[in-house]
Amino acid sequence: MSETIFAARALTKTYTSGEVEVHALRGLDLDVSAGEVVVLLGPSGSGKSTLLNIMGGLDHATSGRLLFKNIELTTLNDRELTAYRRRHVGFVFQFYNLIPSLTAYENVALVTEIAERPMKPDDALALVGLEERMDHFPAQLSGGEQQRVAIARAIAKRPEVLLCDEPTGALDSTTGIRVIEALLSVNAQLGTTTMIITHNASIQDVADRVLFFADGQISKIHKNETRRASAELTW
Amino acid sequence: MPVLDIKLLRDLRRLWGQALAISLVIAGGVATLVLAVGSHRSLDQTRAAYYERYGFADVFAVVRRAPKTLVSQIAEIPGVAAVDARIAKLALLDIPNFREPASGQFISLPDIGEPALDRLHMRVGRMPEPGSSTEVVVNENFANAHAFVPGARFSALLNGRKRELEIVGIALSPEFIYTTGPGDIMPDDRRFGVIWMSEKTLASAYDLDGAFSSVNLKLLRDASERDVVQRLDVLLDRHGGRAAYGRKDQTSHAWLDHELDMLNNMSRTLPPIFLLVSAFLINLTLSRLVALEREQIGLLKALGYGNITIAWHYIKFVIVLATIGVVIGSVMGTWLGIHITRLFGDFFHFPFLIFTKSPDLYAAAAALSLAAAVIGAIRALRDVVALPPAVAMQPPAPPRFHRLLPTGFSIHGVFSQPIVMMLRNITHHPIRAGFTMLGMALATGILIVSLFTRDTMEQLIDVTFFMADRQDATVSFIERRSRDVIMQMARLPGVLAVEPYREVPVRIRHGSIERRVMISGRPQGADLSRIIDADLRAVVPPETGLAVSAMLAHVLGVQAGDFVEVDLLEGQRRTVTLPIAAEVEDYFGLRAMMDADALSRLMREGPTVSGVNLSVDSNRLDFLYKAIKNMPTVSGMALQRVSLGNFRENVALLITTMASIYTSLAAVIAFGMVYNSARISLSERARELASLRVFGFSQGEVMRILLLELAVLSLAAQPLGWVIGYRLAWIMKTNLAGELMRVRLVVEPFTYAIASGVVLTAAILSALVVRERINKLDLVAVLKTRD
Repeated sequence: MSETIFAARALTKTYTSGEVEVHALRGLDLDVSAGEVVVLLGPSGSGKSTLLNIMGGLDHATSGRLLFKNIELTTLNDRELTAYRRRHVGFVFQFYNLIPSLTAYENVALVTEIAERPMKPDDALALVGLEERMDHFPAQLSGGEQQRVAIARAIAKRPEVLLCDEPTGALDSTTGIRVIEALLSVNAQLGTTTMIITHNASIQDVADRVLFFADGQISKIHKNETRRASAELTW
Repeated sequence: MPVLDIKLLRDLRRLWGQALAISLVIAGGVATLVLAVGSHRSLDQTRAAYYERYGFADVFAVVRRAPKTLVSQIAEIPGVAAVDARIAKLALLDIPNFREPASGQFISLPDIGEPALDRLHMRVGRMPEPGSSTEVVVNENFANAHAFVPGARFSALLNGRKRELEIVGIALSPEFIYTTGPGDIMPDDRRFGVIWMSEKTLASAYDLDGAFSSVNLKLLRDASERDVVQRLDVLLDRHGGRAAYGRKDQTSHAWLDHELDMLNNMSRTLPPIFLLVSAFLINLTLSRLVALEREQIGLLKALGYGNITIAWHYIKFVIVLATIGVVIGSVMGTWLGIHITRLFGDFFHFPFLIFTKSPDLYAAAAALSLAAAVIGAIRALRDVVALPPAVAMQPPAPPRFHRLLPTGFSIHGVFSQPIVMMLRNITHHPIRAGFTMLGMALATGILIVSLFTRDTMEQLIDVTFFMADRQDATVSFIERRSRDVIMQMARLPGVLAVEPYREVPVRIRHGSIERRVMISGRPQGADLSRIIDADLRAVVPPETGLAVSAMLAHVLGVQAGDFVEVDLLEGQRRTVTLPIAAEVEDYFGLRAMMDADALSRLMREGPTVSGVNLSVDSNRLDFLYKAIKNMPTVSGMALQRVSLGNFRENVALLITTMASIYTSLAAVIAFGMVYNSARISLSERARELASLRVFGFSQGEVMRILLLELAVLSLAAQPLGWVIGYRLAWIMKTNLAGELMRVRLVVEPFTYAIASGVVLTAAILSALVVRERINKLDLVAVLKTRD
């Protein structure tokens, strides 16, 4: 077994929205190994995104501990979290979040310019099969292509973890499969630990582990002995 | 309350910072209009009422000695409503504990009843007892300058005899609102006073029993001033009359008119610029603000609200914003207007002030601001409301950006991605970027207009006091003297050099245009008081022909080589034709100059002198003052150093007050402009910026990306702002140029720097305010929503 990259212990997150307390995470324990592909499944409000946000340094936990390698994320301030995101984390979102005024190449370069040991933007785009489209602006790309640019942008800085919040949520099945393919190929070539939130249960077959969420806790963990290739996916 | 109205109030609360900034921009525009036009109207009406109540005359004339029997003949001139004949004499004063010689304009008061015209407004004390030989009333400015109260004493040299005088009253007169002593350009209340005393006493002092030396006329409403003046001149001619003149040539009225004209011109030039700039800015800002509401508009449509209801909802929103601005601006403008009216009212010593209400101003300012705001909103609403709800609810499709350069040229590696983003944003919204730049440029421009007067005044001081009139003192005589007086003056203690001059009052005419001016005869080789031409070089007085103020040449429509007709108003009173030899660079009044000997020949008289310019050893000034105070032939002594001080003081009042008010308003507009641009950009690009934060960009880096565009636009706007500012200053200068005073337009580099500095500081301050917003960007929420 390879080293543990994330270790969560008794992690809780409570929001106060107005006078209502929302318990998004209720004492969650989790270990994630380096290079693993983890799929997070579960209904809305079950805590998947909250966990991913805290792991990505976008949010603070209310209590408990979360270690990234030797770094205790739960104790970092905003400035340190920014540095953490900059060095170690790549994000992929449901709605791509590309900068419309930059071409595909430039969207990737936006991140490589501030990274420490990035790959070349061309290489990152080649990894997701978009080397031909790198001079296009987002408005000239299809949804799937835009998402692949977003993946290229996320992995170009060679992050240790790739956090994907519903990366295929806005895509049809063919395009969605290509996006998953891209994610898996990055995982295979770079060994990036990949965590994918999805509502699409059929994606779970490509993962090493599947975490089922309910009420701010992990209700079940399923381990795939063999991962299916993305080409075999249907939805 | 309908739910939409509740939404409106909540939106206002949510956007309070921006709402306030927009309101302040509107307020700035409205305030300038209300304050400038309001204060001018108030002062104008105050003056009119003052003139009316105290019987300010229309026509003025001075004679050597005319019998009182002439008064009834004057009264019979058609068009004359009232006649006030009196004794008016200039005399030297000796004031205890005051080193310098002062001059007094003595005016007789009838021993029975009040003067028919130019009645006094008593501030303190009483009128002199009829026939009293010592009691006098003095004007308030003079009394204040010496802290005189009733009972104070000073002495005067009346017709060569020293008399002790006692102040029994302090008064104001519509005839002497603005008072300048002999040889002075600016009022100096310490060295010049108006002194009223019993007619009987003055008549016996000057041997004018049963006679008068000055006559003022009030005309009927439809009388022709020109006809009356002509007939009066005929009547007075035999008695040594100097040509009569109207209000236009009466010093006090002319200066007051000039000052009010200046205020009026300021109110016509600056406020429209301010108001238009602010209207333009709110139009731009509100249209962007409404465009941001696209999704909400789509939702409202989906829920079944009609287009008109929705449009009206947003129009109400901007109306509320504009109304807040108009109210703040009106209150601020009214308050500043009252402040300025008071300031000038005190400066002119008006006995009372009338604050005019100007509902038309408020209406005009409100209408323009509201229209600009509503049109801005409608511009945005028209596009959004037209969309089907389903489309409107979704954000607009990603805008199609274009490469800056053809595909062959790569800018990779030349610029960082944030700079590429900035450049593409600017080129993608060229109109918006252009307008934002124009807004900043206008802000810089109005600052330059608010500030340039100082440079211009320094240039005026430089030319007037250090190039042209470089003498230390000017001594003027009551009657013209023979040239022997030069030697006499040269022997006075402390006098280093003496230069005589001869002044002859004339009417100068070209075609139908006529002006009353003095021809000043200058000796060859004069070094103290010099003639400066348009290239700012000293020139010798022409031996034939006249050197005239460039303004006089302009008014008469002549240039060097042309001929003018000149009525000599002294001596034989001939009319001659003279060529214009040169144009002179001067800034005060209309003047004509020629060689002193040539002037003597023209007057067919021996060489005579009206006054002398002196260069003085400053260590021996006290001895000189003492000597002058005892010279019965002297009417006054003007001191350049004191004149310069007074000029600076008077100009400072106008300039520092007006400039600081306008500068603050311009700064408010600049701040509102930049703040709104930054805030709206932040809303428009919130998602993009939050993404950058997620990728690990620090707050500072994101802030730089957001503000880079504004910084570039702000900087790029500056040169344009300088050009606009210079043009506006030129318009102001041209509007302000008058026969009494004018300036040469000078805008120092420092002024450009200050104007840009204020705008850029406003930009930086608003950036700091916006930084707080960036720090609060909700990363998670922003990413959950669709683009």
